[in-house]
Amino acid sequence: MSDVKNWFREHWEIFAFVALALAPFGVSSLRGALGGQVTILFIYCILALGLNVMVGYTGLLHLGIAAFFGIGAYTMAILTVPLFPFQMGWLAATVLSIAVAASIGFALGTPTLRLRGDTLAVVTLGFGEFVTASLRNLEQVTGGMKGLNPVPPPGAGVSIMNIDLGTAFVVDPRWFYFLTLSALAGVVWAMKRLENSRLGRAWVAVREDATAAASLGISATQTKLSAFAMSAAVAALAGCLYAAMLSTTADPNAYSFNRSIMILCAVILGGLGSVLGTLVGVTILVGFDTVILPWIDTLLQQLLNHSPEGVLSFGGWRLAMVGLVLVMVMRFRPEGLIPSRQLAAELRGGQQ
Amino acid sequence: MIGLTNGSLIALVALGYTMVYGVLRFINFAHGDLIMLSACLALSLVGPMGLVSTGQPPSLGTWIGIYALVIFCGLFCGLLSMVVDRLVYQPLRNAPPLAPLVSAIGVSLIAMNIGLFWIGAPDRSFPQPLPSENLLRFQEIQFTWNDLLVVLVVMPLIALAMALIRLTRFGKALRAVSEDRTAAALIGVDVNKVIRATFFLSGFLGGAASVVTGLSANTISYQMGFQTGFLAITASVLGGLGSLRGAVIGSFAVGLVGALSTAYVGERWANAFVFIVLLIVLVFRPEGLLGQRAREVS
Repeated sequence: MSDVKNWFREHWEIFAFVALALAPFGVSSLRGALGGQVTILFIYCILALGLNVMVGYTGLLHLGIAAFFGIGAYTMAILTVPLFPFQMGWLAATVLSIAVAASIGFALGTPTLRLRGDTLAVVTLGFGEFVTASLRNLEQVTGGMKGLNPVPPPGAGVSIMNIDLGTAFVVDPRWFYFLTLSALAGVVWAMKRLENSRLGRAWVAVREDATAAASLGISATQTKLSAFAMSAAVAALAGCLYAAMLSTTADPNAYSFNRSIMILCAVILGGLGSVLGTLVGVTILVGFDTVILPWIDTLLQQLLNHSPEGVLSFGGWRLAMVGLVLVMVMRFRPEGLIPSRQLAAELRGGQQ
Repeated sequence: MIGLTNGSLIALVALGYTMVYGVLRFINFAHGDLIMLSACLALSLVGPMGLVSTGQPPSLGTWIGIYALVIFCGLFCGLLSMVVDRLVYQPLRNAPPLAPLVSAIGVSLIAMNIGLFWIGAPDRSFPQPLPSENLLRFQEIQFTWNDLLVVLVVMPLIALAMALIRLTRFGKALRAVSEDRTAAALIGVDVNKVIRATFFLSGFLGGAASVVTGLSANTISYQMGFQTGFLAITASVLGGLGSLRGAVIGSFAVGLVGALSTAYVGERWANAFVFIVLLIVLVFRPEGLLGQRAREVS
């Protein structure tokens, strides 16, 4: 019996992904607006898993993950929109965008990784500002506040069995649902593999005790650098999917500090260093925004017989509620809702 | 000139970050947003206090009003910082270093939401009791009443804070706690009292800064905390976290870079240039300009 339980605990993701893959066939609302929201949720999950590499596994506070999200989306757009001469295919553009973001992560990491944790956090914060300022102001390249569009859908011009893939993506949103779901599944699989790989263990070792890790022959600099590049790459993948799905990069505010903070909050709320925790954290925060808040506001509206406004509206206190949750989680459950077992032991041990 | 006045305003805020970092070893990300709340209070008070835009050279009453506002908002922000410390940070004194930092982000979100309801979502213009004419006879250098305000309010406050820390018993205790909290407690320093006083002082300086920012920047908004905080955090990291003189020097550097990039490239690039300067300095001096080569605090 316990063997079955353990096996389930190790492989929960298989069931989750099979269920999610079958869902659009059963739940009809997933074909409409809800499907789009769930797709965005998957994209944020990928972004959060990227951040988790830095903050969770390696223990480096990163306040600018949205910058890499933006670098992914904009590189994707530059490589595909008709405005520029490249007009590459979707797959090639995605691969190249990820490579670009990873190299930028590498380039930023190289001079800054000998900084102490707090200073590094401020550098990532500044980098985020630098990137959003560039996205806003380099109008000839990034389109300024309008963003770049139209980003063609994946597989535009490619047809399989007489179905034009590009048109299929535009006509039926479920195509994007399946695309992001499989990307998320791939990232989750890679993260689970990484956790138990040489590299993943090196990340944790450097987080726990850089000196001890160094004495075992683990180069702290190289390990941190690989974490930096890896999280940049995963965030860029999320950015590519985001741009392709919206068919525009949207305006640069989508890649600002606020986005970084929300994703960071989700990772911390769910549980640092835990894949399942990260997914749950993102689902709770995004679900709170798109499902629970409107629901409570409608409920209030029915109770009061008129639409609540200003201070009285529940949705108006969204920021404060997220803030309060963060404070409370740090106070009573600093390891997050679904912590990685290792980190939980460490945090609890530190308190006693 | 604008670089110097901006720099000293940034310094007032950066001192708050660096002092708290000194005693608690964490970056108080909520500081900028508490200052924003204090600016909201200032906006609510300027009207009733009779400080309105007249275009006339300020009378003695105007100056007294401004000083009163600075002191009142300073007290408000100081007490607010102490309350936040008592409620949020104090229970986390022995928690892992990420915990207070994340809580600070939480506090800043709450503060932003309160500010949103206090003054509304759009930018609010701040009354200008000081006219914007140039006080100097030659036109090459701008020195307005607002610059004079900075000289008369901000610089004395910076000097006062530095003197307080250098010369008084409290300052000695604060430096001892920054050096080594356990050792300070062992020789009889009441560590919690020092931390509370540090939060009050950093809040007081921030509250004073909020009034001067409102008067000289002309507008405030519920989102101003981020910009205020960003420049001040960068300045204190540039100067070396925990070093008071470093924070002041870093602030003048940030103010100068901001002013130069505003003058030659455009204001919208200011933050980007500030980041580039930060990166260059940190490559050559990872501990900041005046920071100590401290051990990694685990």
